[in-house]
Amino acid sequence: MSSELVLQNVDKIYGAGTVHAVKDLSFTVKPGEITALLGSSGCGKTSTLRMIAGFETVTNGAIALDGRAIHELAPAQRGVAMAFETYSLYPPLTLAENISFALKAQKLPSADVDKRVKAMAEMLEIGDVLHKYPSSVSGGQQQRASLGRALVRKAGLYLLDEPMGQLEPQLRAVLRGRIKHYLREHHCTTILVTHDQTEANALADRIAVMEGGVLQQYATPAELKVRPANLFVGTFIGEPPMNVLPVRVKDNGQTIDFVLEGSDGQVLSYAAQDFPDAVRRRLKNDDGLVLGVRPHAVHIGKKGLMARVVTCQWLGDQTHIAAEIAGRTVVSVSHEQIKAAPGSSLFLRIAPQDLHIFAADSGAAIAHGAELA
Amino acid sequence: MDHTSTLEQVIRGVLITCVLVFFLFPIFWIVLMSFQTNETILRIPPSIVFEPTLSNYSALITGRLESAAGNLDIAFMKNLWNSFFLSASSVLIALVLGIPAAYAFARFRFRLGEDIAFTLLSFRFAPPLLVLLPLSLYFKQLGLTNTYIGLIWVYQLICLPLILWIVRGYFEDISPDIEHAYRISGNSWLKTFWKIAVPLAKPGIAAAGLLAFIFAWNNFVFALILASADKQPVTVGALAFVTASGIQYGQIAAAIVLSIAPTLALALYAQRYLVEGLSLGAVKG
Repeated sequence: MSSELVLQNVDKIYGAGTVHAVKDLSFTVKPGEITALLGSSGCGKTSTLRMIAGFETVTNGAIALDGRAIHELAPAQRGVAMAFETYSLYPPLTLAENISFALKAQKLPSADVDKRVKAMAEMLEIGDVLHKYPSSVSGGQQQRASLGRALVRKAGLYLLDEPMGQLEPQLRAVLRGRIKHYLREHHCTTILVTHDQTEANALADRIAVMEGGVLQQYATPAELKVRPANLFVGTFIGEPPMNVLPVRVKDNGQTIDFVLEGSDGQVLSYAAQDFPDAVRRRLKNDDGLVLGVRPHAVHIGKKGLMARVVTCQWLGDQTHIAAEIAGRTVVSVSHEQIKAAPGSSLFLRIAPQDLHIFAADSGAAIAHGAELA
Repeated sequence: MDHTSTLEQVIRGVLITCVLVFFLFPIFWIVLMSFQTNETILRIPPSIVFEPTLSNYSALITGRLESAAGNLDIAFMKNLWNSFFLSASSVLIALVLGIPAAYAFARFRFRLGEDIAFTLLSFRFAPPLLVLLPLSLYFKQLGLTNTYIGLIWVYQLICLPLILWIVRGYFEDISPDIEHAYRISGNSWLKTFWKIAVPLAKPGIAAAGLLAFIFAWNNFVFALILASADKQPVTVGALAFVTASGIQYGQIAAAIVLSIAPTLALALYAQRYLVEGLSLGAVKG
């Protein structure tokens, strides 16, 4: 039942060439794989989904499902199921009728249909409102019914557009688990569009990060965090976001010094042997670079970079400290309780293997810790 | 509404009464006139007290008008039928043409789309005489003068823009994703239009149809110029009572009562749809 989806050099241009929403997008979703399209509003993720569904034309490029080019077929012939962000339930039908609609159209035996609708409703916790009409239930219930309407069908590909945006956090967490289990069990090839990285991390096997219509990186959640392909992915993924420090590099053979831009000579200094030769060769003297450091990798110590504390907050299980260095704010997260008064100074230590090094001009990753990107 | 003061309630009552008297008194007076003879209508000062007569109605229904000046044949019942036939067919044709067009204007952006839609609406701004003069010449040449087809065609100027704009607003209110959801579960575009879009826009379509019917029914000047007695609707037919020997006020009143009765009944019956259709569909967007 599950199919492989291939997007090849897909472009979407709206209007008379005024808005280039999706640029040269290529990626493959393997059979049974769950992929999340992650990005902020207007990044092209919904346009991509709608092109796959067939509600938007493909300006250039090709989309194939199981080797069959589908980008010029009518939506009805593509064999995909979709849950809409706007729910889009049929107003004159009850939730149960909405969910069973497509099954009845396929002329399945009604006992079978009832069983599947019931199971789906149970999974989505809407069993008690199945007999109600969309206008008389809450947004969250409508959204779950819309999700159920998509999942209950047998399709080669499932498209879920912000499928849990309206749900309460607790319910969302429960449903994520159940939906992931359902998709796994039925071996459903799925594309999930979301702007919520927690949801993408929890549900997806791989995440395609998009920005400005361009695919930034397509990788597993772990890979995105450990080896972000560029500065955008680095700062977009992770909570609290990655700290960013523009620097110039000085390699004098003994030490490698990163001089903070905009400071009066504050330096992050490492022994030359902390970085392998391959990385050192890429870091030419005086190169403009951007260092990215995850907040949990910024340690408070006795020596290192001096910073002025802006805020310090103990959350019961971790301390969040925001400190200022050379006009920039650096956030440190630590699992110990640390007391630091705002305005006081402290020292920040960053291990060389926790550095993400990006080129200042292009933002492309040069090295992650001691490894070349 | 409990917190309104007595004074406010009194003022409101007075104002509502004024409005009601202003709008309903003519109808009330016409109804009274229709049960009177010319003599009682024309007496000075006018009085509400009179001996009611059904002679006006019987004259209209039998088609024979007996007056002091002699007998006159009138085709009022034929006019009534013409009104019904012309209005109903015009609305029907306008619905068949207008609903798909409204859907197209609501769902698709195409070149000159807005201009075409606005041009259609502008038919409602132009004084009918503007189109009538050239039209009457063309109609003579085409042989369409004094035919039902010709009149129904011209009535599209009334019905089509109305239906197009009201129904368009309704289609625009329906989320396109509802149609998308239906299409992606394996249904064609055409089936989606019939099974999802049209049923969901039904209140708007009903309102637009009713309104178009009333407007077509009340039209006067198109039929006055483009048709002669046997094809004319009641609005024009009532003119027959302005005879050389005098104006038959009683019959005119009876004719008016008979001619507004169907649309009045229709409007009262469909009041809810009309208000909803007009406030929800056309105004928004």
